[in-house]
Amino acid sequence: MASIKELSLQPERLVGGHRLCGGCGASIAVRQVLLGARDTEVVVGCATGCLEVSTTALPYTSWDTSFIHNAFENAAATITGVEAAYKGLKAAGKIAKDKEIKFVAFGGDGGTYDIGFQALSGALERGHDFVYVCYDNGAYMNTGIQRSSATPIHAWATTSEVGKVIPGKPQKRKDLTSIVAAHHIPYVAQASVGNWKDLVDKAEKAFAADGPAFLNVLAPCPRGWRYESAQTVEIARMAFRSKFWPLFEVANGVWTMKEVKEKELIPVVDFLKVQGRFKHLFKPEAAPLLEEIQKDVDEYYAYIQRMCAASAQ
Amino acid sequence: MSAKKTTKTAQELIDFESWTSEEIPNGAVCEDAGNSALYITGGWRSEMPLWTKDNCKDCMLCWVHCPDSSILVADGKMTGIDYDHCKGCGVCVIECKFEALEMVSESSDEARATAAAYEQEKGA
Amino acid sequence: MPDITVLAATGNLMVSEALRQAEPDVIAAYPITPQTAVVEEYSKYVADGRVHTEYVNVESEHSSLSACIGASAAGARVATATSSQGLALMWEELHIASGMRLPIVMANANRAISAPINIHGDHSDVMGARDSGWVIMFAETAQEAYDNTLISFRIAEHPDVQLPVMTTLDGFITTHAMERCEILDDEVVKAYVGERTPINPLINGDKPVSHGMFASLGNSYFKVKKAERAAIDASHPIIKQVGDEWANICKRPFDYVDAYECDDADFIIVVLGSAAGNVRAVARDLRAQGIKAGVLRIRVYRPFPAAEVLEALKGAKAVGIFDRSDAFGAQYGPVGLDVRTALYDLPARIPTRNYIYGLGGADITIQTIKDAFDELQQLAAGSIDEGLCYLGVR
Repeated sequence: MASIKELSLQPERLVGGHRLCGGCGASIAVRQVLLGARDTEVVVGCATGCLEVSTTALPYTSWDTSFIHNAFENAAATITGVEAAYKGLKAAGKIAKDKEIKFVAFGGDGGTYDIGFQALSGALERGHDFVYVCYDNGAYMNTGIQRSSATPIHAWATTSEVGKVIPGKPQKRKDLTSIVAAHHIPYVAQASVGNWKDLVDKAEKAFAADGPAFLNVLAPCPRGWRYESAQTVEIARMAFRSKFWPLFEVANGVWTMKEVKEKELIPVVDFLKVQGRFKHLFKPEAAPLLEEIQKDVDEYYAYIQRMCAASAQ
Repeated sequence: MSAKKTTKTAQELIDFESWTSEEIPNGAVCEDAGNSALYITGGWRSEMPLWTKDNCKDCMLCWVHCPDSSILVADGKMTGIDYDHCKGCGVCVIECKFEALEMVSESSDEARATAAAYEQEKGA
Repeated sequence: MPDITVLAATGNLMVSEALRQAEPDVIAAYPITPQTAVVEEYSKYVADGRVHTEYVNVESEHSSLSACIGASAAGARVATATSSQGLALMWEELHIASGMRLPIVMANANRAISAPINIHGDHSDVMGARDSGWVIMFAETAQEAYDNTLISFRIAEHPDVQLPVMTTLDGFITTHAMERCEILDDEVVKAYVGERTPINPLINGDKPVSHGMFASLGNSYFKVKKAERAAIDASHPIIKQVGDEWANICKRPFDYVDAYECDDADFIIVVLGSAAGNVRAVARDLRAQGIKAGVLRIRVYRPFPAAEVLEALKGAKAVGIFDRSDAFGAQYGPVGLDVRTALYDLPARIPTRNYIYGLGGADITIQTIKDAFDELQQLAAGSIDEGLCYLGVR
């Protein structure tokens, strides 16, 4: 991987002047992912969502590279159409044979785990040469913090309210990264804006993969998670340190994880208590819910460890 | 953040409401990649990051984490802050390990002086 | 006169052949009855290396049109085919394709819409798309499906149009029945359809561009939609121009409408698609009996050729408007609404009856068409009223 100084010489493909909130995790994710494409021309696709509306308010675009937004549920189908055009135009002799272009689509968790899931699965199965990036902030933030299948259990959201009888979202989050891994595509990884080096490294691998690649990037949202904007990267780091968001990859079927070092390890409550969306869990009567979350987190981490051990070469 | 050559000037973009339906490219395509550099979001700030060059080690951690692409770099070194687009989120200050960045109130004397110097440099 | 291959072919095969000759860079498609044979046949062309097309087997019709939109924005020539529920699933993308001004060509095998589920031919699917900003043509025959498909590329990709075009043929009746058809030589067709010159392509252009922008400021959405209206209106003369160009090559006539014995007709039935032949047969028989019957078949349905329809109908004493779908809750069926609106521009009213016929593939018999002409005579005489009625169903 290139050094950070070398990376800083690369063209900036997402320029300032967009209207994402201060401290937005999505634009950090986009910038770091695109560093992984290095100097190669990139066409970006994007699902409807915060990232899309905030970067393309006519007459301004923040994309200093070709960009296409189509709708909410079809970023994967759309970018694979662009990729197919690249192949078709090459076959027609309308693009030089040695011309290299990378294709990447960004979608939030709503546009990826939920409404865009079918289009994503289809695109992965077809084997297009593209990278799909889910910037996962754990809710439909663009429409005002509604729960998605990526929202953590017991989190508050505006459609999984905290009330007298229900303490936030009752269901566990979907393990999308493992589901994508079950497509047996060349490269799948879970990353975070709290670990830039790991993320850029994984993005490089994703762009270099011959075929579909998928990155699930934890991208905290100050508005939706209820914290001060300056903490975005710090909280993303805590997600990793608490094992809430394991950083792992599945490269050609081999699972490897960046283990949390003993000295970095924090209990999951440390990650939860800095976020207003979990504040109801810190009342005395909610103690069992915190225990349940810790247990879930440990079990998921152990599951990834088992997958790593089982697929070790 | 020098704006690149675009088909529409900054003023024409500001005057977007006066465009006719014929002036918007077919299918609402934007033909000027990256022209949001001409859109100012610096006015969103309530706090401003100040850069102390002497403390800076050019580690680039602020640059790689900035959500607004507002850490200016050249030749592997930090050269300043793009106050036209910095929204004052403060991520850079937390990520800085060398006390080269600090947040101050936008209404503080330091912030006013920094903003004035920035504008002056832009004008020049 | 170019060399011609004469063959017995279905409408689906003729669409496939037209697509093969136009040779899109990308086809993204999904199977659905009764269109499936189009994409199956094309798959053979790809497998045999007869075309350079990148063929994308998507997992739904929503994704097929989504992928087509991506490919078209990228700068490729793009086509697809669908029917019925597939077209319905594309609804969102229909508007996006036209709003983004992407010249995608799509064949639709006209079929009933659920519920209840029914696989047979009617116009319920395409009529749901009639105001989505696509140019829409209805073929009467397999031959015309071929001609319309080729003409579609020229309309869609014309620099002053840049809109998607739907080339439709009636499910089973036209998609599956064999007819005597003619295919022109590849070189002749390729010379006619030419190559696409994309405007602002995502790839291989000289500048990066952003497609699918968020237009919520400065009334920009309103302005973009105004431009879209201007584009589909502008397509009207261009359709005739490129249609005539093809007519001169293939020696088959082209027009927005096909007016049969309308000049002096007292009673005219307006019809779209495959039923026109039966209606003409009845009109011919009535003419032999001294009744001045005529038939107006609409070939180009969007943009609606109001002036041409008016010109054909202006001398009639009564007009019957055939609709192979209903517009539930509206005063009339979709064609009924369009034709009656056009007739409003005449100084004197012509009475009309709007006949809903053939839903879910129900046969349209000679007798039912005669019944309709009989009613038109009564309507002209003032012995029955105007209105909407279901024809040929108990």
